[in-house]
Amino acid sequence: MTNKFKEFPGTPLSEGDFKEGKILFYHDQMKADFAWDTGVAIGSYLAALKEGYLLGGYCQTCRKTVIPPRTVCEWCFRPMDSYVRLEDTGTVNTFSLCYVTWDVKRIKEPELPAVIEIDGASPLHGIMHKLGEVDPEDVHIGMRVRAVWKPPDEREGAITDILYFKPFKEGES
Amino acid sequence: MAMRKVAVVGAGMTKFVRRAQETGKELAWHASRMALESCEMTLDDIEAVCLGTAPDSFDGVHMKAEYLSDGAGAWGKPFMRSYVGGGTGVFTPIQGWYHVASGLFDAVLVVCEEKMSSYYPHGQAAFMTIFDHTTERPLKPNLLWIFAMEMNRYMHTYGISKKDIAQVAVKNKRNAADHPCALLGDPEITVEDVLNSEVLAWPVNRLDVSPVSDGAVALVLAAEHVAKRITDKPVWIQGVGWNLDTAYWTNRELAYPRYVEYAARMAYEMAGIKEPRKEIHIVEPYDPFDYKECHHLEGLLLADRGQAPQLLADGVTLRDGAMPVCPSGGLLGVGNPIAAAGLMKVAELYWQLRGEAGARQVPGQPKRGLAQAWGDLMQVGTVIILGTNP
Amino acid sequence: MSLLERNPQAPNAWLGDLPVTSRYTAGIAGEKFFRAMKDEGKILGTFCENCDITYIPGRIFCERCMAELDHWQDVGTIGEIYTFTLLFENLDGTQREEPLAVAFIRMGDGGLIHQLGEVDLEDISIGMPVEAVFKPKSKRQGSILDIQYFRPLTE
Repeated sequence: MTNKFKEFPGTPLSEGDFKEGKILFYHDQMKADFAWDTGVAIGSYLAALKEGYLLGGYCQTCRKTVIPPRTVCEWCFRPMDSYVRLEDTGTVNTFSLCYVTWDVKRIKEPELPAVIEIDGASPLHGIMHKLGEVDPEDVHIGMRVRAVWKPPDEREGAITDILYFKPFKEGES
Repeated sequence: MAMRKVAVVGAGMTKFVRRAQETGKELAWHASRMALESCEMTLDDIEAVCLGTAPDSFDGVHMKAEYLSDGAGAWGKPFMRSYVGGGTGVFTPIQGWYHVASGLFDAVLVVCEEKMSSYYPHGQAAFMTIFDHTTERPLKPNLLWIFAMEMNRYMHTYGISKKDIAQVAVKNKRNAADHPCALLGDPEITVEDVLNSEVLAWPVNRLDVSPVSDGAVALVLAAEHVAKRITDKPVWIQGVGWNLDTAYWTNRELAYPRYVEYAARMAYEMAGIKEPRKEIHIVEPYDPFDYKECHHLEGLLLADRGQAPQLLADGVTLRDGAMPVCPSGGLLGVGNPIAAAGLMKVAELYWQLRGEAGARQVPGQPKRGLAQAWGDLMQVGTVIILGTNP
Repeated sequence: MSLLERNPQAPNAWLGDLPVTSRYTAGIAGEKFFRAMKDEGKILGTFCENCDITYIPGRIFCERCMAELDHWQDVGTIGEIYTFTLLFENLDGTQREEPLAVAFIRMGDGGLIHQLGEVDLEDISIGMPVEAVFKPKSKRQGSILDIQYFRPLTE
């Protein structure tokens, strides 16, 4: 940007340069398969999901109920005091209507990711999940939602044991 | 604290492009060599090298720092990579700063590189690996999810419209038209273009997002006695700050980046800044998405909460406004090779404060600028303040 | 149940992968180096006059002085075994029927990692001169595998 430099380096390529073989290139793929230890708290969280409920953790010092549960409170750095069984209902804190998949493929019907503040957890404490059985036009912040679970015999102890959250009106089961 | 004064004395960068033919090493070398040439230094004058680069997944190379080290001039020198996600590009010069401020080294080369096109077919997919593997990744999240949701929460909290925010993309892409390295500069772009571009993840449209890119940027930092020998216009690092919020991103306020505020307060205190809105003349906040520029201006205490879009509507943040924001063109216009994009912002301050920014030069002989980057799971803020006075 | 105790009902591990797929360009230097291999069966290096170093494979810059290098030279196809190993296992941990000989073949101030062929494993030694055996031109693709292997130099 000083007067010394009029030209800046860098050779832009188009997709065509690859297709037409104008340049040399190589494809490869990392072979990275993992077995991540679930750990103590997330292990319990997954076990609870298999049973069909949401599990949080409580810190007496901070008076906070968090989800997912963890063994240490990162605010006071003490061990959490107990697990707390939470409702499978909550409130949409925020959401999006997403027209691309994780690997950037276009989709016509949007996915509806949301942060859902779980009932019984401290304010603003939620989890990320998806919404379903709802017209994308009708989704709004503050919407009350309830988990829709897989049948018990199909659950495997995973966040996907909840298929999605769907809207409900207070008083409905 | 007994710390030495540190100045930026040289800068270099490559073009930011969608797909570079150069390898990452070659990009890093181009930027490093240009930075050294800009201040007529050689590699022999450099005592240590600091490298910044984001997840290994992008370049598709493990131990990316070691891979890039020859291009970064690290042979036979103390060398270290720093990595704080998208915050890396501003953290790496902070690392360089404490290398020199501590008295350990007199001259340090700071290099940031990213070659995102190596992740094929689309670099965005690499971001899947940043989500929690057990509790979030089974939902197959796209990176856009968290940005779209944070933007939605921000708009909802303060009653801001997509149109208000789209103005930021327009400003930055127009500014970038004057940047010789820019990927998406466009002097003619309008708000309608942004609003009419395809919806990726509502409320985010394609032109609300910075492009994945390849590129590298380098700076030379020097201690006071060396800096004064090299140039009569050193640009001093007056303050630095960095801060981190919880990794449980669904457990916190999304409408306000408190961690950015904490990082900014640390930097303001070091720089002796009491009234940032009066004392900062140019701002280069991180703008991977247009709403992030607003979000960050508020976290930096340079705008009231929810009021950053109004600053733009009032013309304050235009290049010839009272507080120009992203006069470079930002990530939205110049491009977003993650770590390199953050360092590009620091390089922009260096050129602006020396009056060397050419067509992008902000009027009024600015004396102080702030650059900020942000990243990981929307949780890290990194801030650096540069000025013409030591 | 104590919060710090592992729930015996809990799954121990979550299985997954890192889905990283890459497309690497050969780069500016690589383009020149691998084209020469493919089209001419040559190995090219670059020479830094400042540092008196011959880089093999050739690079476009000198990592010691950052100078641009554009002095490409044909360095021949002969090198010397600097060190070697015999691999008895495949990448996936399965046993190989025949050990694979892999060597660092010193050429100039650099060299190549490659396989050894046409050699009795007992005869491999450090310091042994070897030469590159190229695939037929029609099979070469501009990759390091255009060299099939290195074999002992026969007079």
